[in-house]
Amino acid sequence: MSFQIVGTGMCVPERVVTNGELSQLVETSDEWISQRVGVRSRHICTSETTADLAVSAAQRALDDCGLKAEELDLILAASVSADTVTPALSCAIQKRLGVRCMAFDISAACSAFVFMLETAACFFARGGYRNILIVGAERLSRITDWEDRSTCVIFGDGAGAAVLSKGENYLDAVFTVTGDENALRVPFYAGKSPFSELEPESPYIRMNGKEIFRFAVQSMIQDINTLLQRNGLTPDDLKAIIPHQANRRIIEAAAERSGIPIEKFLINIDRYGNTSSASIPIALDELNKAGELKRGDLILLTAFGGGLASASCLLRW
Amino acid sequence: MVTEKIKSLLVEKLECDASKITSETVLTDLGIDSLDITELVMDLETEFNVEIELADDIKTVSDLAGAIEVKMKG
Repeated sequence: MSFQIVGTGMCVPERVVTNGELSQLVETSDEWISQRVGVRSRHICTSETTADLAVSAAQRALDDCGLKAEELDLILAASVSADTVTPALSCAIQKRLGVRCMAFDISAACSAFVFMLETAACFFARGGYRNILIVGAERLSRITDWEDRSTCVIFGDGAGAAVLSKGENYLDAVFTVTGDENALRVPFYAGKSPFSELEPESPYIRMNGKEIFRFAVQSMIQDINTLLQRNGLTPDDLKAIIPHQANRRIIEAAAERSGIPIEKFLINIDRYGNTSSASIPIALDELNKAGELKRGDLILLTAFGGGLASASCLLRW
Repeated sequence: MVTEKIKSLLVEKLECDASKITSETVLTDLGIDSLDITELVMDLETEFNVEIELADDIKTVSDLAGAIEVKMKG
């Protein structure tokens, strides 16, 4: 017993920031960003909070399937850039949807959406859960160092959500965690304890791009091969591969090395940037709302990122 | 052996003349960036069955060959 995805939704803040605009802020150019990362523009929060984006995406996912919030048994949410440490983002969503079901957050950075799918599958298998809401929502602009031209050009804000109902369509999944405290790091605010002997760290996204690139490309190839082989499938059997939108070059390198045509991979980083846990559900929603998916289609989601972790799954739509 | 492999990977990627590439060639002078270099490292790691640190001090063809060769001995 697992689930079927019955509804999807997304929400991005109104303000669009182009590469051209960023080149006024830091020393960079549209050409460099497009070539190096694949981003042309991204959405950045002005007055929207992470919870605002999350609730909006959630409501749209509910609307997509016609379920009421009262029919949810569990809300799972993930964010590396929520508004508060506590209450959890899922609790804020629960409050604003006006319901009282179980709600908690999962921390798995850019891989969180797939970790949440696996978690939901476990709850469905446990029994007694009929509908589960999953939300990945990020306001990465809050934790970006806007003076660091190597990172501030990559990230964007946004939220994606999916409603899952009891079903049999979660076919397979593969997870890899390689604990690493430095390759991708976002420290918490250091605080002002008069007793602390620790060197305060700046609370912004820091990453070793090359290290992450290598991990991401290798994980993506490995995960895709594992899922295809274990299920006796070829790339042609898949309707689409939806990768986490971290960097276009990662997707291109993985496609080239795995011999799978780039057209099979959904790419929308040019319009959203890297939205961490929101990137896969936003892409899934775009595919869904474009009418590209029919029931029975096989899709492969492949995520990778902070942890370092990779998480990929095979779904029947 | 490693240097030859690096040259052939670069020639394939850049579609350029092999004679343009020597041990002293600075990789970024060939118009490739650090992610391209990372991909090169990954190909070499697979070819020679080693794992190397992705350090910032790999600048020339011979730096890269050296980084691979030192792991092959270990």
